[in-house]
Amino acid sequence: MQPFRVHTGLVAPLDRANVDTDAIIPKQFLKSIKRSGFGPNLFDAWRYTDRGEPGMDPATRRPNPDFVLNQARYRGASILLARQNFGCGSSREHAPWALADFGFRALIAPSYADIFFNNCFKNGLLPIVLAEREVDRLFADVAVFPGYTLTIDLERQSVATADGSLTYGFEVDPFRKRCLLNGWDDIGLTLQHADEIRTFEARRLHDQPWLA
Amino acid sequence: MSTRTLYDKLWESHIVREEGDGTALIYVDRHLVHEVTSPQAYEGLRLAGRKPWRVGSIVATADHNTPTTHWDEGIRDPISRTQVETLDANIAAFGAKAYFPFRDRRQGIVHVIGPESGATLPGMTVVCGDSHTSTHGAFAALAFGIGTSEVEHVLATQCLLMKKSKSMLIRVDGTLPHGVTAKDLVLSIIGRIGTAGGTGHAIEFAGEAVRALSMESRMTMCNMAIEAGARAGMVAVDDTTIDYLKGRPFAPPADTWQRAVERWRTLASDPGAKFDTTHVFDASTIRPQVTWGTSPEMVVSIEDRVPDPDRERNAERREGIARALEYMGLTPNVPVTDIRIDKVFIGSCTNSRIEDLREAAGVVRGRRVAGSVKLAMVVPGSGLVKAQAEAEGLDRTFRDAGFEWREPGCSMCLAMNDDRLEPGERCASTSNRNFEGRQGAGGRTHLVSPSMAAAAAIAGHFVDVRRLY
Repeated sequence: MQPFRVHTGLVAPLDRANVDTDAIIPKQFLKSIKRSGFGPNLFDAWRYTDRGEPGMDPATRRPNPDFVLNQARYRGASILLARQNFGCGSSREHAPWALADFGFRALIAPSYADIFFNNCFKNGLLPIVLAEREVDRLFADVAVFPGYTLTIDLERQSVATADGSLTYGFEVDPFRKRCLLNGWDDIGLTLQHADEIRTFEARRLHDQPWLA
Repeated sequence: MSTRTLYDKLWESHIVREEGDGTALIYVDRHLVHEVTSPQAYEGLRLAGRKPWRVGSIVATADHNTPTTHWDEGIRDPISRTQVETLDANIAAFGAKAYFPFRDRRQGIVHVIGPESGATLPGMTVVCGDSHTSTHGAFAALAFGIGTSEVEHVLATQCLLMKKSKSMLIRVDGTLPHGVTAKDLVLSIIGRIGTAGGTGHAIEFAGEAVRALSMESRMTMCNMAIEAGARAGMVAVDDTTIDYLKGRPFAPPADTWQRAVERWRTLASDPGAKFDTTHVFDASTIRPQVTWGTSPEMVVSIEDRVPDPDRERNAERREGIARALEYMGLTPNVPVTDIRIDKVFIGSCTNSRIEDLREAAGVVRGRRVAGSVKLAMVVPGSGLVKAQAEAEGLDRTFRDAGFEWREPGCSMCLAMNDDRLEPGERCASTSNRNFEGRQGAGGRTHLVSPSMAAAAAIAGHFVDVRRLY
């Protein structure tokens, strides 16, 4: 996994609550057996006016000029500013894969759905939770200042503007923080405890043989 | 010892080890696998030179992509076919306790076949790369959906790294009125607490009304816990649970059955156990529900009208209502009974079990689907549900009324196969999500119970099913 330490990037605002994973990556793209290549279909139904199907050449699609990510000022954005309960619905990890493949490294929102939140950390994508009023302020500033960037420092748990005029701290689970800072693979970490798992399993299956 | 909730008991009995910060390594008893969220996990396993930790924990099926007609022709969409064949190959290479592939007579929706085969048992941790895994919590199991990285993690280690959630009690007192179902109850709960109401929580459904529900109705409720934002929903063990499990293929055999039952009987919250959050509902006040918007919380009763955004004071919510009404093509203040429909879908992991089909057939019997309805379809949850329904003659009831009787699968719940809505089409659906485009780009979904979907098919618009009984 790609580590996340300090990231400075352009912020794009997606101003609607309860964005679900069906919207982030529609189901017809889940037929892929790969982890990559979902970026061109991120927010497909909102981003294009034609109907997206797997295998279409993005260059031939009709972009929806009203959709925020199609606006020139947000081209190259790597931080997505969102509203509450972002990522609700299906467990599809294709949602964080699509966001990361598009170029996002971090998300900022007042809240996320649990499974989506969890999936982000497995993919080097940092979902930051800020208070509602802090998110409101960022939405207001992004609208006013073209080229609005933020610097996210995971070690210091801070989000700051380039000139330092605004800095917000954020909470992050210490274990997830360590994994993300180091780009650690969870499986490798867990397998360090393989003996404990074996012992637990042997006792469990002995006591409750119907679980085998 | 202090009093414990059902969730406490399930959580504590699966801790392999725990770090000082509360991060725990949780052992997984049952791993359900389907074709959409597993290929990348198996590929990761292969690239790392690993093998599944315990093959006997894996129960797999192909459900999301499989067609519901012309099984003799196989899967026509080449991309879908590749995904299903990839699962075939992965199971062939790595093994499973049971695999119900495309066209097997026991194939079906993963959340239908787990319980019906007895692969889901009380006290288990059950995971699957699918958010509706919460369904299995109806058996007093700790069951929740995971992403593909976690699918790989479970394959490789039989464990998950996680922190304990908060606990929520949803207690439903009283009795559900005649004609009002578990689907109406859970939709009404989601309407009250919101789609983020259960975020960060594991929900226990309890109370007189929940105790009175069949296992299949409890599954419908737990299935939609995720629609309230909770990864897991659960119901304590009682006679209903045990009676359901007895004799299922993977249930404990005679020599351990009694021991298992004794252990399962402890799977209930202790009297006086403390929950982080509690909500109390009165079942007697619940009426048949219909969603009007693009989130399951956007729901009203059949006696109500479509909401008016101008009456909402919160700006964000007002905008949300207006946007949803525009997508849904609905006018504020219109009675729900005036909403006409184009298609009807009876199926999905929420409502495709035999009791759901009996309930719908009871409404349909002796009546005809309205001429204005383009398609009314029934998609049984599994091959065994289909066979049971046919043995009872339900297929005839549906066909005689003008319904299509299909092969099992996820079908138009998420429209990964050919079953889908065309732009602008409006559907009465027994599924679980009414998100934009969920049943097909531009499609408009109204979530209802099986009997309400059947009634809408007959009338051509939503009607109060209680008037048809």
